[in-house]
Amino acid sequence: MSTQTQGTHPDQKNAQPVLEVRDLSVTFTTESGTVSAVDGVDLTLAPGEIVGLVGESGCGKSVTSMSLAGLLPGSAQVTGSASLRGTELVGASESVLRKVRGDEIAYIFQEPMTSLNPVLTVGRQITEVLQVHEKVSKKQARERAIELLSLVGIPSPRQRVDNYPHQLSGGMRQRVMIAMAVACGPRVLVADEPTTALDVTVQAGILQVLRDLRDRLGTSILIITHDLGVIADIADRVVVMYAGRVVERADVGELFAHPRHQYTAGLLSASPTPGRHAGTDRLREIPGLVPVLERQPDACTFADRCPAATELCRTSAPPLDPVVTSHGVDRGDHVAACWHPVMSERSQAQETNR
Amino acid sequence: MTEQPYALELDHLVMHFGPVRAVDDVSLALRRGQVTALVGESGSGKSTVGKCILRLLEPTSGVVRIAGTDVTHLSRRELRWHRSDVSIVFQDPAGSLDPRMLVGDIVGEPLRLSGRRISSRDRQARISEELGRVGLRAEVAQRYPHELSGGQRQRVSIARALISNPSLLIADEPTSALDVSVQASVLNLLADLQRDMEFACLFITHDLSAVEYLADDIAVMYLGQLVEKGSRERIFSSPAHPYTQALLAAAPIADPVRQREREAVLLGDDLPSALDPPSGCRFRTRCPLAFDRCATEVPAHIGIGDGDAACHLVHPDGTRPDVRRPADKEALR
Repeated sequence: MSTQTQGTHPDQKNAQPVLEVRDLSVTFTTESGTVSAVDGVDLTLAPGEIVGLVGESGCGKSVTSMSLAGLLPGSAQVTGSASLRGTELVGASESVLRKVRGDEIAYIFQEPMTSLNPVLTVGRQITEVLQVHEKVSKKQARERAIELLSLVGIPSPRQRVDNYPHQLSGGMRQRVMIAMAVACGPRVLVADEPTTALDVTVQAGILQVLRDLRDRLGTSILIITHDLGVIADIADRVVVMYAGRVVERADVGELFAHPRHQYTAGLLSASPTPGRHAGTDRLREIPGLVPVLERQPDACTFADRCPAATELCRTSAPPLDPVVTSHGVDRGDHVAACWHPVMSERSQAQETNR
Repeated sequence: MTEQPYALELDHLVMHFGPVRAVDDVSLALRRGQVTALVGESGSGKSTVGKCILRLLEPTSGVVRIAGTDVTHLSRRELRWHRSDVSIVFQDPAGSLDPRMLVGDIVGEPLRLSGRRISSRDRQARISEELGRVGLRAEVAQRYPHELSGGQRQRVSIARALISNPSLLIADEPTSALDVSVQASVLNLLADLQRDMEFACLFITHDLSAVEYLADDIAVMYLGQLVEKGSRERIFSSPAHPYTQALLAAAPIADPVRQREREAVLLGDDLPSALDPPSGCRFRTRCPLAFDRCATEVPAHIGIGDGDAACHLVHPDGTRPDVRRPADKEALR
């Protein structure tokens, strides 16, 4: 639905990334032992780029994003590197993180009602953010709050600024959350399932707001979702995670047309999509569940659920390698970690459809 | 019992909670052994309809008929029999399964409550059979719900719902809380069971794409009222009501090429309150095609094939509005 052409802008490719995550790992220590939630994740976000992070629940998407601004509980050990415009975030002191949060990186979450304070007006909650981070008078802050509400598409912002959260619909509340998040002009916005709790007609509006922010302010957005329809609508690039690891990464058009990892292909065919499963009356299933791992094995963690798994998959972890077609053509930035990548009829069918 | 053509009939069903008009004059018929999807957004009243059918709520007025029998005025005792013929699966299996009961007891409970005499051995056999039917091993009977995954728990709910061989299953957002891969397996399971057992199913959902493989008919609800009914093919290929069109247009397709070629239809965020629904057509406050008549006159249900749509721009001669082309609305009146 965007006028944006598919894929990453040429200038995005050459620009210095805003966010560069290298070899990020997160382990939790619990009473019943350790859990490896994220293992060696690499991720970059170019200026003005929208990157989608996908996978089922328990794949480490949210843990990855929350580790960036130090939002994880004390039981989490984070290693590796996450550099936000030159500032190292992993292991950063609380004072550094406090400066970074809001100014450089901001978050919106799934359920706006639990993130908003029910006893303060939305205007008060936005001005609070501004007054903590910037030297502004009360009056200026209020004017800015009204501007921000208008930026996120809230009608009659001058009246709405004095509303309490319960007076707003779910979609309006999520817009308020976005207004708060972008109040101090962060370079990176992390949107963790921003539309999952909303109706589809409302979701379309929220995705439009996110796209507008990118287009008008150049904000880079990391959007976390399990909904491939949302990814298809808004993302420039996609990172697929499974059981804590990145298993595939590509431009959005490339990923949907030529998924290589068996997990990506499985997710795509399990998603109900009008017309995709024409002639069949069943959805493809991925049997089994995402494993909870004490430590990451030297094996493909998807092997137990994978239709193509062999002995090799169970004894050796596949590297995240560049994808090369059967004709030896390099597929750009497409990488996948699979010993038996999909060379699907699906890809060919899509090609001929174009 | 003689063969009735309809498994379920709702006749001018109304459910008001004080001033809140949650369901306002809904009429709908489900054919035997067919799946009808009741689609609508949160607050549309679709779950309330489901609860009225089971009489978990007492309707304010109107009639619910199950296989031809008016169940709206049955006594509590008579209702027990009715309930063994109608079952429900809820959205959140964690919340609808008693955490202190073993899975076997949960699945077998409807047998106990039906009042029919059954030996303990037969009961165990039925429970094992039912668990097998939903793809669970018999040993699961000795577990507690918290020991199971979300998908397994939903299978337990389905087993409990189907053990009494109901002629009608109400499935209230049965897959909305599940991951996409698990959702696919539960949808496939429901489709298989429905084909084998031939129960009628009212599939309540906010997600039109989830019902494309399952539903024979689709009914679309908005703010307490049905705005459109029809066969799945007709609703997907040529939706007539602007709201149905907007719903279909808003659900993103998991294909970036097709998705980005589609025309956006953006409705306002604010679903009006059921406390004070808009006059005339209730969708008019969000409808890009609304004109003066929509505020003053409630649109009649205009027949389209087997179904209908309630919109002033739908005409018996086959004229249909197109919500993607608000500019054309002058021509349609």
